[in-house]
Amino acid sequence: MATRLQFENSCEIGVFSKLTNAYCLVAIGGSENFYSVFESELAGVIPVVKTSIGGTRIIGRLCAGNKNGLLLPHTTTDQELQHLRNSLPDQVVVQRVDERLSALGNCIACNDHVALTHTDLDRETEELIADVLGVEVFRQTIAGNILVGSYCAFSNRGGLVHPHTSIEDLDELSTLLQVPLVAGTVNRGSEVVAAGLTVNDWTAFCGSDTTATELSVIESVFKLRESQPSSIVDEMRKSLIDTYV
Amino acid sequence: MAQDAGMFTVQQTVGSVLCCKCGILMAPNAANMCVKCLRSEVDITEGLQKHVIIIHCPECDTYLQPPRTWIKAQLESRELLTFCVKRLKNLNKIRLVHAEFIWTEPHSKRLKVRLRVQKEVLNGAVLEQTYMVEYVVQDQMCESCTRVQANPDQWVAAVQLRQHVSHRRTFFFLEQLILKHEAAARAIRITQMDQGIDFFFANRSHGVKFVEFLGKVVPVKSRTDKQLVSHDTKSNSYNYKHTFSVEICPICREDLICLPPKVSIGLGNIGPLVICTKVSNNIALLDPFTLRYCFLDSDQYWRASFRSLLSSRQLVEYIVLDLEFVSSEVSIGGSKYRLADAQVARVSDFGKNDTIFFVRTHLGHLLSPGDNALGYDLHAANTNDMELDKYRGLDLPDVILIKKSYEEKRLKKHGKPRSWKLKSLGMEIDDSARGKLDEEKLNSEYEQFCRDLEENPELRFNISLYRNKDYQPSEMTSVADGEDDPSVRLEELLADLDLSEAEPDTADDSMKE
Repeated sequence: MATRLQFENSCEIGVFSKLTNAYCLVAIGGSENFYSVFESELAGVIPVVKTSIGGTRIIGRLCAGNKNGLLLPHTTTDQELQHLRNSLPDQVVVQRVDERLSALGNCIACNDHVALTHTDLDRETEELIADVLGVEVFRQTIAGNILVGSYCAFSNRGGLVHPHTSIEDLDELSTLLQVPLVAGTVNRGSEVVAAGLTVNDWTAFCGSDTTATELSVIESVFKLRESQPSSIVDEMRKSLIDTYV
Repeated sequence: MAQDAGMFTVQQTVGSVLCCKCGILMAPNAANMCVKCLRSEVDITEGLQKHVIIIHCPECDTYLQPPRTWIKAQLESRELLTFCVKRLKNLNKIRLVHAEFIWTEPHSKRLKVRLRVQKEVLNGAVLEQTYMVEYVVQDQMCESCTRVQANPDQWVAAVQLRQHVSHRRTFFFLEQLILKHEAAARAIRITQMDQGIDFFFANRSHGVKFVEFLGKVVPVKSRTDKQLVSHDTKSNSYNYKHTFSVEICPICREDLICLPPKVSIGLGNIGPLVICTKVSNNIALLDPFTLRYCFLDSDQYWRASFRSLLSSRQLVEYIVLDLEFVSSEVSIGGSKYRLADAQVARVSDFGKNDTIFFVRTHLGHLLSPGDNALGYDLHAANTNDMELDKYRGLDLPDVILIKKSYEEKRLKKHGKPRSWKLKSLGMEIDDSARGKLDEEKLNSEYEQFCRDLEENPELRFNISLYRNKDYQPSEMTSVADGEDDPSVRLEELLADLDLSEAEPDTADDSMKE
């Protein structure tokens, strides 16, 4: 199910939180509302951890991770690193990365099997990603943008990309990622889809500006509607789904 | 570019996304909303005027552009469209792409303009929208029409031009001069009066300009007066009617004058009897017996004014019997003269009796025995001039010849139209004191004036003659015997500017002089 919420009047959920299949990180806000929504949704299933990275609250854009591991930028302080190591489950490998491009959330988009990265990422970082996250790494651009982590959000079941992505690109990405992809928007036409929502295999959180149309697209592509008759067969692994409304 | 380097590039087809509001499939754009949803969200015409009031003068069909300019424009014309668009405020915030009129009934007092505007909205999407502006036309007379309406005959300055002589030759000549120089272009009315013409102007400065023009072409004396029409006590402004009384000197060409003693001495003892040869802003006087000439300035004349002894009405026709040259041909003031002794007899006497006069004349260069000449008959004239009495012991000649007569040749051409014509000012004629007699006199004077023009090339100098389209030169133009009568050469004529479809002129032989 997709939930709509706001972080301190901002609809960019993907900036202030990071959701994976094994854990969830949230930023520290003035009030507890943001945290409590995540809590109500995820408590008992996966741990919801409040943290900051490098003293900032934009944790969703600074770190990248999946159920196997978590990568942090070099700006993370030792206390934060320790806090995360303590709070997260033991299977999750927490690793600090020395990388010139320190906004790892903008540069890396990943699920549990595949990762897309910024084309200028270091070789060592790429190897680290493959190691820590246990994924296959592909350098890609999305609709001509190199910040793949911002313009593409995908889970193990589906993905949402920048609305201006061409059909050929969509095909190519879909083949790489082996998940169905759709080009769409979030938060009332915003193209920065990964900053506007955060998603894992069974739930998604979007900004409150998201229209009903966008929400239905999200729920369809990420397969969040459990027992709903849908006109698309789940097993369809081919690329483009764009004619189902 | 990758394509230029020969690399293989994949062709990119743009996919489609769902509109984030209504969910219909559309090509992605900067706002990611379909056009309808975008239009419903954002109205770029917000804050723009949809109703404007414009003011129109029904008399002169002009529109007011405040504060004071009135612009003439037809309905549904380009000027009106520009004017309407200019009247809209805030149009600099958005970009105007197209404007056109929507048809409305002409008497509905409404103008509708459809405008297409573009503006950037949201994140870089440029939205184009058409909207309509309605103009309410209010009728209000402009100031000039109000003034005309309030009193159509209202004049502010009047120039009363007078010459106290019994003929109207000067006024015919002046009329042509005024037409040529367009001096009376600003006159609202021109009236022909007894012994003169009245010109009415709407502005004092127009009147002053006209009076100055007159002063340059004829010797005049003028005075001006004003009469209070209205007075605004609050702002101390006064409205006057100005009147200029202009009098032209009564001396005309070909007049015989007896100069008063003072004037004669002042001009170097020029013989008391003189002929006036030319009147412009100076008067040129010629002594026919000594061939001395002098000029009188307008100021000089009016200081000691005098009247002429005999004028061209009193010219009598003579026939020249014999001519004997006294001196050689001299050129005075641009014209040639030659002193000669002549034997003349009046045409009325000729054949009946033997009255012959022996006279000295200055027309030796023109005359030859057998010619007709016009002159003043002093022998038989009864003059009442006081100046003449002042001269004691003055020996009056019997005849003074003035000009050669072309009367015989004219009779041949009697009734045939001229190859040229003159334009005339549109004058109102005060019909109260005129009868049939006056009209005949006027016509004969006009005919005489035209003859004068034909005979004197220097008189034609300042006048525009127009080609008479109705005139066809007859086949028998070139008369082999004798001299041709004086006429105007075809090259001197101005072809009247005719903007209508003109038939090609048949090639006519130019008349030889």
